[in-house]
Amino acid sequence: MAAVSIASREQYNFDVVRQFTVMSLFWGVVGMLAGLYIAAELAWPLLNFDIPYITFGRLRPVHTSGVIFGFGGSALFATSYYIVQRTCQTRLISDALAKFTFWGWQAVIVLAAVSYMLGYSQGREYAEMEWPIDILIEVVWIAYMVVFIGTIMRRKQPHIYVANWFYLAFILATALLHTFNNLAVPVNLFSMKSYSLFAGSQDAMVQWWYGHNAVGFILTAGFLGMMYYFVPKQAGRPIYSYRLSIVHFWALTFLYMWVGTHHLHWTAVPDWTSTLAATFSIMLLLPSWGGMINGIMTLSGAWDKLRTDPIMRFLAVALSFYGMSTFEGPMMALKSVNALSHYTDWTIGHVHSGTLGWVAMITFGSFYHMIPKLWNTKLYSERLVYWHFWLATIGILLYIVAMWISGIGQGMMWRTFDDFGNLKYSFAETVAMVRPFYVMRAVGGLFFFSGVLIMVYNVFKTIRQGTQEAAELEAKYAAKLAQAGA
Amino acid sequence: MIEWLSNSGNVKALGLVIFFMIFVGIVLWVYGSKKRSQELESYKNIPFLDDDSETKEHKP
Repeated sequence: MAAVSIASREQYNFDVVRQFTVMSLFWGVVGMLAGLYIAAELAWPLLNFDIPYITFGRLRPVHTSGVIFGFGGSALFATSYYIVQRTCQTRLISDALAKFTFWGWQAVIVLAAVSYMLGYSQGREYAEMEWPIDILIEVVWIAYMVVFIGTIMRRKQPHIYVANWFYLAFILATALLHTFNNLAVPVNLFSMKSYSLFAGSQDAMVQWWYGHNAVGFILTAGFLGMMYYFVPKQAGRPIYSYRLSIVHFWALTFLYMWVGTHHLHWTAVPDWTSTLAATFSIMLLLPSWGGMINGIMTLSGAWDKLRTDPIMRFLAVALSFYGMSTFEGPMMALKSVNALSHYTDWTIGHVHSGTLGWVAMITFGSFYHMIPKLWNTKLYSERLVYWHFWLATIGILLYIVAMWISGIGQGMMWRTFDDFGNLKYSFAETVAMVRPFYVMRAVGGLFFFSGVLIMVYNVFKTIRQGTQEAAELEAKYAAKLAQAGA
Repeated sequence: MIEWLSNSGNVKALGLVIFFMIFVGIVLWVYGSKKRSQELESYKNIPFLDDDSETKEHKP
């Protein structure tokens, strides 16, 4: 009878979901700490300490890869495995392959971070990993695809719920983007250094085709999958319009692929590609807002939840930031606005209103919903969720306001001429102007990071509570069995 | 015909027209029929179908 246990085999494979969830938070702390440190370096350059491993250039990709692939990527693995099982009402197709994706993905993040600090980078935005790591990503991603698609194929529910469509688009598009963006020739088999297969402006266009679609399919489509499951679950009511979600999906996937070149306005790329990208960027506003409205309207008739449920606040604020950043993005993609905003801190602020406001907030909300279910317990403290919410919200606002002021200020100063037609301000003067706002940004980051630490503590206590409850239940069950046997 | 298709300028425009028509077709398919609309809207309840069994444990 020893084999009879409360912790018997689950119908669903939640082990891998738990592992990815914990590691997502771990990488969130590492990646955001790196971000906070480099923000402080920009405000107080002495923090470089003349140590090459921790200079801005090396720590920045540690930050971006840590938060996008470590925190965001692990969160997407966790939630996609959770949602696909629950909405298809079937177990993952292979536990071994799912486990491989977990260890493979963690190896990718560790190798990437270490290689960046040692100075290895292929110099491609959000794809700085050198070729051996790229190959490992390819293998892990194919395994992920097999697990996800295989699970969908053996579903018990005839219809594939829309959240899975978004995850599927994210997985397929990322496979394409990663493969073509990283076509490179290594210097030799034993060298980390490689050179891109493309050259010049073509290389730039491939890079930004990847770069913007990483935003579109990883940071948007993937997290929309999260939104379409966790917002209805937490609100306790189905999504506002299922038909709108279908149109949202197809419009988003049709349009996103075309917009990357808006990152290259006023450069050597052909002018028509710029115009095309700007046009599609404006059109993208429609599906983006359609999706946002669909999420927000799910709360219709249950607005009181925003007052009483801190998790719902995370989800609603995430949708608000999604709406705001998908309005700001198309606006910045207009050539005339881009002439002012490009190369300034406004871009950094825009990215963070999307990543902190949308990606991180929807992840926090989803995790607060999912974690108690994974460990079969209640959240340790709702009060700490409120604290986290306010620290995160204030942190984001401080961050983006600081970057708006410094970015627009930079842009204005760079284009100001004196009466003789010379540039009025030297570059050093613009640096002096932005410094107070760099301090403000670092303070905003500190707020946000403090909120994450509170979440980690809350989650740690929740997990411990869940484990203790399970152990107690198991002991009681064993005692009952022993009594029955006596 | 093949010559016309081999011109990348023509194919891009053709591709745009095809994609646009597919998209219009999807919108018409989604909103075009009352019966289909009801069927599609019924799928919104899928996340709630396994609510009774949050952890789904078997007892061997």
